[in-house]
Amino acid sequence: MALQSLDIARRSATTTPAPGARQTTEVAKLIDVSTCIGCKACQVACMEWNDLRDEVGNCVGVYDNPADLTDKTWTVMRFAEVEQGGRLEWLIRKDGCMHCADPGCLKACPAPGAIIQYANGIVDFHQENCIGCGYCVTGCPFNIPRISKEDSKAYKCSLCSDRVAVGQAPACVKTCPTGAIMFGSKEQMKEHADKRIRDLKSRGFANAGLYDPQGVGGTHVMYVLHHVDKPQLYSDLPKDPAISPLVSLWKGMAKPLASLALGAVALGSLFHYVMKGPNEVSKESEREAEKEESQ
Amino acid sequence: MIRDPKDLQRYTPQERANHWVVGISFILLALSGLAFFHPAFYPLTYLFGGGTWARILHPYIGVFMAFFAVLMYLRFWRLNVMTKTDKEWLDRIGEMVDGNDHNMPEQGKYNGGQKAMFWALTVCVVLLTISGVLIWRAQFSPPIGLVRFGAVVHAVAGVVMIALIFVHVYAAIWTKGTIRAMWYGTVTRAWARQHHRAWYRETTGK
Repeated sequence: MALQSLDIARRSATTTPAPGARQTTEVAKLIDVSTCIGCKACQVACMEWNDLRDEVGNCVGVYDNPADLTDKTWTVMRFAEVEQGGRLEWLIRKDGCMHCADPGCLKACPAPGAIIQYANGIVDFHQENCIGCGYCVTGCPFNIPRISKEDSKAYKCSLCSDRVAVGQAPACVKTCPTGAIMFGSKEQMKEHADKRIRDLKSRGFANAGLYDPQGVGGTHVMYVLHHVDKPQLYSDLPKDPAISPLVSLWKGMAKPLASLALGAVALGSLFHYVMKGPNEVSKESEREAEKEESQ
Repeated sequence: MIRDPKDLQRYTPQERANHWVVGISFILLALSGLAFFHPAFYPLTYLFGGGTWARILHPYIGVFMAFFAVLMYLRFWRLNVMTKTDKEWLDRIGEMVDGNDHNMPEQGKYNGGQKAMFWALTVCVVLLTISGVLIWRAQFSPPIGLVRFGAVVHAVAGVVMIALIFVHVYAAIWTKGTIRAMWYGTVTRAWARQHHRAWYRETTGK
């Protein structure tokens, strides 16, 4: 059994229920975009705690550095300059895995136990079971998992499942100097977000709100946004993320039904043979052919 | 090497070798592909040295099969052009399956069912090859929408092709005296006369 706070709720490519007698509290990380200063301390803390050292890249002309998530960079700050109501706004979003309640990666994964959802809501990759097919990338509505070019395994934010298991907050939360990243039970985080949203509304951000998209069953990483009606402003945060209907079709009921259909074709053939008998060359044909040969 | 000199040559050694290269690759592809299709089949990855090896090998075997499938297509497509008689044969396929071939129209080298199988398999190989390239993460990274579409097409075409091959194999088992044509190339005159009368006349001049 996993650590107490890490009871397994769901396991990739597994069709039987996970042990579910014990209940644990759902956790969540709350990222208050309105109080983030873009210092990237969270990126550093993530590297440090998880022992990740990505290649030093190049400046691409914007503050985003590294420019994208990689197998060795599990979180990046994305900087967007947008005009809202005639004012320039600098919207900085810490990007990384959202830990969906209904994870597209887990749904798509064909390798048993390569992706685990814990009872507390954390979605974790177990690289020792990963076969490197990249189906998780295909399934994710947020474009988060990255396949390593060196070992072909998929990587992403683990929400510091190892720290959470022993009652610690994730490394990025621990290090955030403005308290823009918080961690606790999902309930607590929602309550805290409510307070922040009331404050933002009183300061003129009429559309401030919580980003906890229901299309993926809610997430265990949530954002407080000044413009929750336009999440696209925040470096293309999807408006209504959901598992693509193509992925649902690909991984849904069609597959067990198709497997049964294949079995039916095979069994149907067997029973056809048993009931109709083989299609043999008739004695008449043999006689006729012999006759024609000798002519 | 003892053969009846009166037997009719149905396949050349090259044709038979080509068929079996494609056939063996297909079996390997179906086994490794099913492993990723549904968790119930995942243990099939052990035949390939584990999940990661199955994932690495499957697309290369696919490219290999696609190449030999094209060669086989070039060898056989002319013989598989549908004619009016073939359509008539297909209209009566129910009687054939029921085990009564007395009213079936005379057939050339291939009957309507075999031709339909040829074209259905051709479409499957084309779809599987193109969609397979789209979802080959280790080599390509097309836009995500295309990858998702490719995944669905690959799964559907894969299942259809496995089902078609079941039918193909069963038809060969059901029709006695057929499999030897693909093993060592010949069939008996009586077999040809019964199942492919027009081809029999053409080859023997009777």
